[in-house]
Formats: sequence, structure tokens, C-alpha cells
Amino acid sequence: MKNYERELNEAAKSGGAASKLKEFSVPSSTIKLIVNREPYELLVGKDVYPWHTLAYTLREKLGLTGTKIGCDSGACGACTVLMDGKPVLSCLILTIECDGKSITTIEGLGDPVSGKLDPIQQAFVNHTAFQCGFCTPGIIMSLKALLNKNPNPAVEDVKRALAGHYCRCISHYHVLKAVVDVIKRGNEQHGKV
Amino acid sequence: MLLKGETSSMAKYRYIGVPTPRKDAVDIVTGRAKYVNDVKLPGMLIGKVLRSPHPHAIIKSINTEEAKKLPGVKAVLTYKDVPEWKVGMPIHLRVLDRKVRFVGDAVALVAAETEDAALQALDLIDVEYEVLPAVYDIEEALKPGAPQLYDEFPNNICPLGVPWFGSSRIPGGLQELVMGDVEKGFEEADVVIEGTFRYDKFPNPLPPEPPGAIAMWESPNTVHVWLPSQGIYIDEVSLYYLMKRKVNVIVHGCQCGGSYGSKGTILPLALQAIVLAKAAGRPVKLCFTKEEHLTAFTLRLESVVHAKIGMKKDGSVTAVKGEWLLNTGYYNAVGQAQIAVGLGEIQLILRCKNWNFKPKLVFTNRCNSGWIRGFGGQELEAAFLPLLYQTMAKLDIDPVEFFKKNVIKSGEGYFWRDGEWYISRVPDFTKAIDKGAQVFGWKEKWKGWLKPTAVNGSKRVGVGVGVHGNADVGEDVAEAHVHIEPDQTVTLFVAVPEQGGGQRSNLCKMVAEVLQIPLENVRISPPDSNINPYEFGLVGSRGTYAVGSAVINAAEDAKRKLFEMASRQLNTDPGNLETYDGVIYVKDDPNRQITWRKAMSVTRTIIGYGRFESDFSLNNFLMTFVEVEVDTETGFARLLRVVNATDVGQIIDPPSLENQLNGCLGSAGIDTALFEETILDKSTGRILTANLIDYKWRVFSDLPELHNVVLETPFPSHRFGAVGVGEIATSPGPPAVLMAISNAIGKWFFTYPATPDRILKALGKV
Repeated sequence: MKNYERELNEAAKSGGAASKLKEFSVPSSTIKLIVNREPYELLVGKDVYPWHTLAYTLREKLGLTGTKIGCDSGACGACTVLMDGKPVLSCLILTIECDGKSITTIEGLGDPVSGKLDPIQQAFVNHTAFQCGFCTPGIIMSLKALLNKNPNPAVEDVKRALAGHYCRCISHYHVLKAVVDVIKRGNEQHGKV
Repeated sequence: MLLKGETSSMAKYRYIGVPTPRKDAVDIVTGRAKYVNDVKLPGMLIGKVLRSPHPHAIIKSINTEEAKKLPGVKAVLTYKDVPEWKVGMPIHLRVLDRKVRFVGDAVALVAAETEDAALQALDLIDVEYEVLPAVYDIEEALKPGAPQLYDEFPNNICPLGVPWFGSSRIPGGLQELVMGDVEKGFEEADVVIEGTFRYDKFPNPLPPEPPGAIAMWESPNTVHVWLPSQGIYIDEVSLYYLMKRKVNVIVHGCQCGGSYGSKGTILPLALQAIVLAKAAGRPVKLCFTKEEHLTAFTLRLESVVHAKIGMKKDGSVTAVKGEWLLNTGYYNAVGQAQIAVGLGEIQLILRCKNWNFKPKLVFTNRCNSGWIRGFGGQELEAAFLPLLYQTMAKLDIDPVEFFKKNVIKSGEGYFWRDGEWYISRVPDFTKAIDKGAQVFGWKEKWKGWLKPTAVNGSKRVGVGVGVHGNADVGEDVAEAHVHIEPDQTVTLFVAVPEQGGGQRSNLCKMVAEVLQIPLENVRISPPDSNINPYEFGLVGSRGTYAVGSAVINAAEDAKRKLFEMASRQLNTDPGNLETYDGVIYVKDDPNRQITWRKAMSVTRTIIGYGRFESDFSLNNFLMTFVEVEVDTETGFARLLRVVNATDVGQIIDPPSLENQLNGCLGSAGIDTALFEETILDKSTGRILTANLIDYKWRVFSDLPELHNVVLETPFPSHRFGAVGVGEIATSPGPPAVLMAISNAIGKWFFTYPATPDRILKALGKV
């Protein structure tokens, strides 16, 4: 259990839990976040508590439920989002650590005006690169980070980048087909092929 | 890679067999698909479960006063507070009980405004236990004097019989295989082999989405339940009966984040949410954590086979005698049904006239076993095939030849789950076996029993093969409605949720094909039980044949009504009409035509009804060939290559089918032979593999080469000639892998899973 919760529990056990809960909150501090290009200000002690993970805040406070919580302990990749362009496990990061960061979730991909899907999303649609789809948002976010960094990775690089993603339906093979397709189309667009 | 056979039907249909994007594809890739934990209702509380730290104990006292005082806490329930509702087969487990029977058993339930408050409340509940001795092994549990889990089940034996499988003639359905004269059969055999084999690490189906439920009482006797379900209607009916037919239940199916059968075991969880919501007077969401999912939801059955097989030189099996022990854990959901299906399935891969094979279902103090794909057959074959392999080896019979001889043929009979005898109506599966063997290169790679295919220094390669089939492709009743609206859109009403197989989209394809309208014009109703007709659920690969046939019948019925209307205006017989893209025309004179809108007028809906009745005379089939490399220095076994071979009659959607067959590796399938296991500490009763690091799973960087050989020999009784195959993908592989390892290392190796320590032990190196 997180320390903060333990302190709260001890406080609660010693009686007067209601007042203690308020005492333990840390007001007067705000967390500024940019999520999918939108700025947010979260008040610590009201909108966010020190033990809240980024995954929890995204889902429960901001309503961005596209980010999934599978294991909630950094072992399945379902909660992967981009923080300043890098893939992170949002269940292992506290929201209060994210002050000033820019976060991209699955909802932030594609063109917000036209609704056009990101090429990775479109390739997943074209290749049915999912079955139950629970791991899909996390996988797409990891791929987004990978292809931003290296638009032309080898298949082995793709496999390594996705090695932390738990997919139990075994959609791996179709995911790889979709990625190969995205890479190929990207290269064609840039005249590399 | 999907490899079609020569019988493939190119462009036979407009949608059937043609890859089309899933209807929910955009929702999935944008994160808009709503899984149960994404659903938020106004005023919704969060539920949590206090779990037992002891494997077996009586609650001597329980005090919830402090927990109830915590701000935000709206309900705290113990065994004293819940109704006398019980689950299980036969009915035996209370929602909360005074006795706890495994580490993780529910002791108390809390609902609170926030997750934080609910978790704090759990810590404030004081429980005093009287700890009892516990038992974990099947054989130990059966011994006189063993700890007893239930007073009503002496010797920890769970009574057999499946009321919903049976008939007045055979009340419990198929619960043992007894026929012919086994002693005479053994006399006729050229070789008789006896042995005990175990598939005993009760791996976890473990979908990525942890199980969860939301309950909301609409009135004192009506409750809405949101579930990640495979069968919303059957969940509704089950909950209605479990609540003693006093509560109306409406089940809303959510996007299901993987199930592989397992979420059929969700009823106890749903009841916990239901009692909490009742007590709190507010909606309650109860979602398990991954730790709870790994330790307190549902596992595969643990299976031990002790049997004797008689076989002739030509590979005919003359007799099978033995006992099948199954450990169902602390509570039994559907063990008897898995026994019935398993006993049926073994007959589809093994022709034998003389059987005396009897199962026993046993309770022990660990997390329960329950619904999972492979449903009894995988558990039986994983423990039975090793003995069968050894018998073949004694006679030097090639296993592929053995299965070609023994796989079910059209006109041959078998007992199925209801205990009745069925005559099979199937294509010749030996063609799929031949094609699979050819793609795999079996003839070149098979060097004989216990002989490696290749040796490179410390690395030795071996091959293996397993087979599985069921007669559930046509199981249980399905109903569907098809509504034709005048604007040339069609809505399919069917109680089918989406659990990953793409079945909702595939049913839409069948409707579009029958009515010849653009696929985007076909909508499908939300998977809610209060708006759709009866339908059992997506189990046993029945989506394509059973549900599909009901849907097709509904579409045909709607089309017939539409043509009747049009025929009056076109002044011809309905039999002379055809339709394409919302226009009805006379077959011989296509210029005589009328639009749907005109035929119907704008103030009408045409409603087609379709029904499918159970039919157990059709079988599906899958053979899995594997190639495994064993490093005799490190003991590490690597799966190099998998070839699946099947005949599905007609592919509905190629990528969906291929995805399902690729699933052979996941959901407690092939990898249960390599590294997947639930590890129980028998000194404490705790499951040690309680997170996704310690519970092993296949990663992207370690994928074998995988091919699926799919023949399409039509099954004539389906409109498009198709049967389903998805459910069985996991089942043939596990014993095949152990066969391959045995061949690679040159000695029998039949311990699941083949982790390096076990292989090194078998090699005498540790």
C-alpha cells in the first residue's frame, strides 16, 4: 500500500477519520498538465491526491477512458500514454509528478477537426489488428512513440518496442502486419520506395 | 499466415469470405469502445471485497462498525447481511459465507463514494478466524479424514450431473463413458499400456481486462447489471434463477476485454455488486484488480488421468479403461458440463468401441476452476494423449497416421453431452490433416518416436502433433430478429456481445449477404437482454453455425415478407423476385423493379424472426503441428513453428478467423506446455503467481512462425456452408509440445509446463 494511504488508515483507525482525511490533503498546490493539446489545472487535495496515478486521473478525473488499466503495476502496457512524446506507463506515474508535462492519450491521436484517424489507427482497422481490443490503445501509443523516433524500424525493433504489451488473444501477428503496412506507406509518401 | 486449401471459394459471395473491417474497429482504435470499467453511472459507488488470508477457516466474529463510520462508506456487508442466494453446480456457494474456503475467499463487501474510502474501510473491518486444516491435492482430498470443504459433499466429492444438459431419459447428461466390453477389448489388443498423467498447474485464462460488474436497482424488484459477458441472455436467466425468481434482471453487455470462456464465471461477482447496490441504494461498480483476477476469479480445471489403453498394430484402439480426476477448487461452476463435453470430445479423435472411463470431481482449498475455452476436452486430452502417444510408440505408429485413422468420419457415431448417440455429418478431415502435414513438412521432420528431427550441438529439435474437435458448433438455441426499415437500413437484434472474435460484425455480414445491401447499412442492436430475443451466448464455437443460422433465418424471413409486399405491386409471384442494394426486381425481367421504400411505404417496419434448434451432429476439427527446440545445456525449450490445420466449410471473415486460430498460443493454450502455470504455495494456500511478472506470458519478441491451413469443404446445412472453430484453437497444442520435447531429448517428458528446471531434471542434469 502506498505510504500516504497507510497514514490515512492509521489516522482513520485512531478515530475522527473524516477530519483527518481533510488534514492530510495538501491544498494550495496545482498541477498544470497539457492533455491532448488541452490545458488542465488540477488542484491537489481536490482534483488530485498525492497517491493518484496518472492513469487514474486520466480515466476518473478527465474522463479519458481510452487509456486502459490492466495490471495497475507496470507489467502489461495497457495504460501506455505519451509524456512529452515518450511512452510511459501511466499506472506507475503519480499525477503530482506530471506538473508541466504534455500528455497524449489514444483520444489525442488523429485529426481533431476532420476526425481522420492516425495512420497507425487506420492500419489497425484495415488489418483487424486486434480481437478484444483492450490492449490496443496501449500498443498504438507505443507504436506512435516508436515511429515518431524512427519512421523506418526493422520488424525486430517493433517487436522489442512492443515486448512489454500483454495481448492474450494473440493479435500480435496482425499488429505486426499493420505496422509493416504503416511503415511501407510512410516510406512511399516520403518517396523512399 | 492464412493458407487456404484448394477447395477455397474465391469471390463466391459479396461479403462472406471477404475481409471487411470490424464494425467496432474505429471505436477500439480510438479508445471509444466502452468496457465495463469505462461505464460511469450517476451516483455510482465503488465496491471492494475483503478477502480471507486463510485457506480454510470459520469466521468466529466480524466487526464492521468502524468501517461503517468512515466518511463516504455507504454499505458494508458480511455473511450476516446477505440473502440466501447461492451459486454453483449443484447450488452450494453463498454470496458471502461464515466459512471461507481459500486464500482470497470473500469475507465482506464494501461500497463507498471513492476507491480510497472503500479500501480504507476494508482495513477497518475486524475479523477473528478459527483456522481449519486445508487440503490442496486431489488424491489427498479424497482420503478418509481429509479436511472437508462442504458438509453436504462428503469426501470432497462434487456430485455429477448437469440438469440443463440432461433429459428425462438421461437426467444428468454424459457423465461417464461406459460401453462395450473392455476386458474383451484388451484381449484383442496387440499392446496394452497403463499410466497416470497430469495436466495439473491450473493455468489462468487471464484476459487483459480484469473482470467486473455494475449493478443498479431500478425498482425494488428490478436490477440492471452491466457485465463483460459472452452471453448476456444466459447471464440474465441465471441471475434470475439464482435470486430465486423474485427479481427482474436486465443485463447490459459491455465491450468484453477478452474472456476465452472465463467471464462465464462472473455470476458470483455480479451477485456481489447486486447485493451492494441494494444495500447502498445506489449503483455500484465492482471491478477486480489484476491480483484478484490472478488469485480469486477462475482457473482451468486440474486434470489427472489414470488409464489403460489397448491398441492393435493397425492403430485401432480396442479398449480404454480408467479414472479421470478433476480438481475444481473451492467452488464448482460448471465442472460437470466440462466433464460431459470432454468425454464427448475424446470420442471425436479416438474411435473405440469399448470404454469404461469414469470421472470424479473434487473440491480443494484453492481458487475455483470454471468456464474456459477447451472446456473439459483440453484438460482431458492434455493428460490422456501422453498415454496414447506411448501406446502408439510401442507399436511404432506415426501419430499423424493414427489421427487420420481415428478422427471422426461422416456416418460414425459418438455420445455427446446429453448422453445421446449422434451420427456425425462432417467433411473428410483427413484432407485437412494431409494439407497441414504437407505445409508443416511432417514426413521430412518425423524421424520416429523419441528421435530428434535435428541436433545442433546442445540444441535438439523435435516435432509433435495434437488434435481436438467438438460437437458444440450447433449447441443450444439461438433466436434473432431482423428489422427492415424503409430507408434501406437493417437492424439485427441478437443478444451477442463482442468478446474479441468479431462475431457481431460477422453476423452483420451474413445479414448483408442475405439481403444484398451495403454492409454499412446493417446495424446491430446493443447487447442488452431486455431488447433482444433469446440467445445462449458465444461458447463452443457456436457463433457461426448456431447463432449464424438463427440470424440468417431471421434475414430470410424478413426478405420473404418484403417480397410478399413487393409482389403485389410488381404483380408477380414472390418467388420470382430478387433484391440488390435496396431495389427489388423481377428475376427474368430486371427492369420491373421497386425500391424497398416504395414497397413498404415509410410508415412500416418489417420484422423477420429466426430460430435455431440445437444440433449435435456437426463437428469442428483442428490439428496442431509444433516444432520445438530444446537446449540441453540450459533446459530452455523454444517453440519454433506452429501449423494449425482445419476445415471450416466456408470462411466468414479471413482476418477474424486467422486471429482466432493464432489465439492457440494465448489464454492458457499451447503455452501451458511451455511456461504458463499458477503456482500455489501449499504451506500457506497462497497463489504465488499473483502478478503479470510472476505469471508468465508470451511476448512480442518471442513469437514462433505460425501458419493456419484452412480448407473450405461446405457443411451443407449452413446457408453459407460454414462452422465455427475459434473456441478449440488452444486445445490440440499442449500435448503436442510435450511430444515434441520428448522426441527432441530422446526420452519421455510429460510434465506441464516444460520449464528449464523440469527439463534439466528429466535429463538428469540437476
